[in-house]
Amino acid sequence: MAAGENVKLLGTRQSMFTQRVVWALKLKGIEYEFIEEDLVNKSSLLLRLNPVHKKVPVLVHGGKSIIESKIILEYIDETWKETSLLPQHPQDRAYVRFWAAFIDDKLMEASKKAFVSTGDDQVKAIESTVEALQLLEEELHGKRFFGGDQEIGFLDIVAGWIAYWFQFIEEVGGFKVMDSTKFPCLDSWTKSFLQVPSIEQNLPPPDELRNVFGAIRSSMCPK
Amino acid sequence: MSEEVKVFGFWCSPFSRRVELALKLKGVQYEYIEEDVFKNKSPLLLKYNPVHKKIPVLLHNGKPIAESLVILEYIEETWKANPILPEDPYEKAMVRFWTKFADEKCLPALWKAGWSPENEREKAVDEACECLKTLESALKGKRFFGGETVGLVDIAANFIAFWLRLIQEATGQELLSAEKFPDLFKWTDEFGSCSVVKESLPPRDKLLAFFKARVAEAMDAQTNASK
Repeated sequence: MAAGENVKLLGTRQSMFTQRVVWALKLKGIEYEFIEEDLVNKSSLLLRLNPVHKKVPVLVHGGKSIIESKIILEYIDETWKETSLLPQHPQDRAYVRFWAAFIDDKLMEASKKAFVSTGDDQVKAIESTVEALQLLEEELHGKRFFGGDQEIGFLDIVAGWIAYWFQFIEEVGGFKVMDSTKFPCLDSWTKSFLQVPSIEQNLPPPDELRNVFGAIRSSMCPK
Repeated sequence: MSEEVKVFGFWCSPFSRRVELALKLKGVQYEYIEEDVFKNKSPLLLKYNPVHKKIPVLLHNGKPIAESLVILEYIEETWKANPILPEDPYEKAMVRFWTKFADEKCLPALWKAGWSPENEREKAVDEACECLKTLESALKGKRFFGGETVGLVDIAANFIAFWLRLIQEATGQELLSAEKFPDLFKWTDEFGSCSVVKESLPPRDKLLAFFKARVAEAMDAQTNASK
């Protein structure tokens, strides 16, 4: 498929996973059509393009659909070569893939548990969340971005939800772990990351996130 | 150029066997180091994988890489013989999608179905069969998921081709049958009969004994629990 062919993105503005793809497309200056999906009433288009998981985001390029946000990011990087998101050397690529998997598996799972649980379960989940953040804090040490000192890259994009969505997860979930004294590097990274124009201009409004997380929590928590 | 390649693994782990299979497919010489993962992980393993403290770990010229799927992509990018990923970005994305599906959905569902207690079994088996059906659709009548040669999806699905059959034998359950999943069943034979694959599988009898011991342990635990 030629890079110049038509690009569409199915997603929702509040989805941290959809926004990863938006940021990547904006960073590379790729024109695309955004199709906002109603996740309560999924469209027949979404169900046709992602029959296995029925989830957003879905990138459609030249009529073919690509799913799963990290897979989409790698596809975008391989198709549009300007402004690389992943590093070149296999060792460095393994590094960013390892930490991307860590963020999406360990940290996200712990944060989700902390978000929905209460009492002792929540305490345990918060501990796991803090441990995971600690490891990321150590990895950032001395660097402005996960991608280096100059520009954000794949790992910053994958970690992006920590810089913005996480505070609402804490607020709605009723817990607080992120602070600038315990996690000075993550705090500094958050500020630098959110100042990058492609990121800053593509963040959902706080109230929308509060509403979405509020609704999710209500549906998941036993009454 | 002499390269130092080491694999830290565990004899019955499908994850470390994936790494060995990829290296063998590409004709890469490596030193294998068996880790005692249940009782006594070595200081080296803890040094090379401090985050997860797990096998497999690939060590290449002194630098460690952990997580089997990350290692497989590293192997593909470092040693170019016998590619396990296609060149085309879209085809590559599809391979990554199915690899992730096999690893994150199929494997846990099958493991759960194999070992679930009686009262949870039906639901677990249904979910596992859904996964198998979906994975089978990715074969599309091909010999391997990778087409004419073994590729990344085949390697990631190694558990289904070998470990699952022995779990079925040990527990008396049948999840993957020729009647229900003809294409996938045929694939397990094709995959299992490749000489390179055969070299990267654990000894059959030893693994079967391992699973049978686990079945016995689970039954003892249930008996004790109901006392």
